[in-house]
Amino acid sequence: MAAEQSYPEDLLYHDEHDWARIEGEEGTFGITWFAQDALGEVVFFDPPEVGTTISKDQPYAEVESVKAVSDVVAPMSGEILAVNEALGDEPAAVNDDPYGEGWMVRVRLSDPTERDALLDAAAYEKLVQKS
Amino acid sequence: MTAAATDTLRRTPLHDRHTVAGARLVPFAGWEMPIQYPPGIKAEHLEVRRGAGLFDVSHMGQVETSGPDAEAFLQRVLSNDVTRLREGGAQYSLLCREDGGVLDDLFTYRLDRGSFLTVTNAANHARDFAWLAEHAQDFDGLSVRDAAADYSMLALQGPAARVILAGLLEEGEAPVRMRTARARVAGADCLICGTGYTGEDGVELLTEPDDAPALWDALIAAGATPAGLAARDTLRLEACFHLYGHDLSEDRTPIEAGLGWACKLDTDFIGADALRTAGDPADRLVPFAFTGPGIPRQGNPILVEGEPAGVVTSGTLSPCLGSGIGMGYVPAAAASPGTPIEIDVRGRRRTAEVREKPLYRKEH
Repeated sequence: MAAEQSYPEDLLYHDEHDWARIEGEEGTFGITWFAQDALGEVVFFDPPEVGTTISKDQPYAEVESVKAVSDVVAPMSGEILAVNEALGDEPAAVNDDPYGEGWMVRVRLSDPTERDALLDAAAYEKLVQKS
Repeated sequence: MTAAATDTLRRTPLHDRHTVAGARLVPFAGWEMPIQYPPGIKAEHLEVRRGAGLFDVSHMGQVETSGPDAEAFLQRVLSNDVTRLREGGAQYSLLCREDGGVLDDLFTYRLDRGSFLTVTNAANHARDFAWLAEHAQDFDGLSVRDAAADYSMLALQGPAARVILAGLLEEGEAPVRMRTARARVAGADCLICGTGYTGEDGVELLTEPDDAPALWDALIAAGATPAGLAARDTLRLEACFHLYGHDLSEDRTPIEAGLGWACKLDTDFIGADALRTAGDPADRLVPFAFTGPGIPRQGNPILVEGEPAGVVTSGTLSPCLGSGIGMGYVPAAAASPGTPIEIDVRGRRRTAEVREKPLYRKEH
């Protein structure tokens, strides 16, 4: 069952509809409730390889619904430490639990100050309400 | 996202029903149509395979052809042998240009001896009608009428479709496959057609627009599940039915598209001469399935022995097979089932295999 709309306050948000949970020098990334709702049922997640470097504002993965493909944009730069392999079998977790089981990658952040450019939950929610 | 001026889009009489049901409405061929309902594409798809789905296909067009010359006229413009279409029968055919390029694919129903109803694709309806009207001038005893405004169309599809229909039949009987019948269903006078676009048993119901909402409500109350155009697309692709604008176009002939069975060249329909002299086509439309991960999309290049050789015309993730499936044009030498191919999905080569039609077949 699809999740209720929410934007947790402990996360930071990128205006391309991605979230980051920052813990020290590591970050966990995924797509927001708004993004998964726009996409519809996610049926395929094409992850990057562990060890690759990703750059803020650049696509690092693809997520597909039955009807559409969408790039997933990195909210911050860094090196991929882990990818959510479980999405290979259960991509719909992105819809069911976008901020939990639907996480996509864990990253060693190369520049933790990039967080300053991200939005907090209130600012992001304001952004999507205008969309 | 769907910022196209929604105020200029046409709405079917069932628009309120879709809104109340929580459908996602999108512009489609000039209409605002339900692409999916809250259960989602996969759930709707599987419901049609297991139970019964109800589709609003009122965007599709209708053309009525009648008069003593109606059969001769349709024999000239349609690719199939219309003289073999009996009263109460249904027939699939192509509408071709002189050069054999496909203008549309159509179902024609013979309502009685001199009266036919042809169902068009929404995106092609105006062009089809103009084409038919133009060629009707060569015939005398003939009326060709745009009847799209007279009908709403509901498709009730799935193994439970006939049970649901039987419970609501007030007068008349349901037709068998590829036949039609007039009947009263839940208070609505219907032309019931034993046809569909899902690979399942089922019917298509044509009724007056004013009667469509009550008919929709009765079918839902009797157990049918609303299903959107997205599920209709994944269902038809598993069944390997062509979709105009994807698998069929003016640039491809019906022979290339594997629809030679619907082209009776000796009837001398418009386009028959070109198809007769064209010989064996260089390319063939084939169904394929991925043997690994990925989802093909329209426009993806197809590689044969590592070299670009064709193009995907339809692609999706098959809810029943759990793998990427599609159709596309490949060189005739690579068209045999079992041929390994690759699909270039946005720069990544995905492995696939040419398959037999249909890609999904019901287990009995």
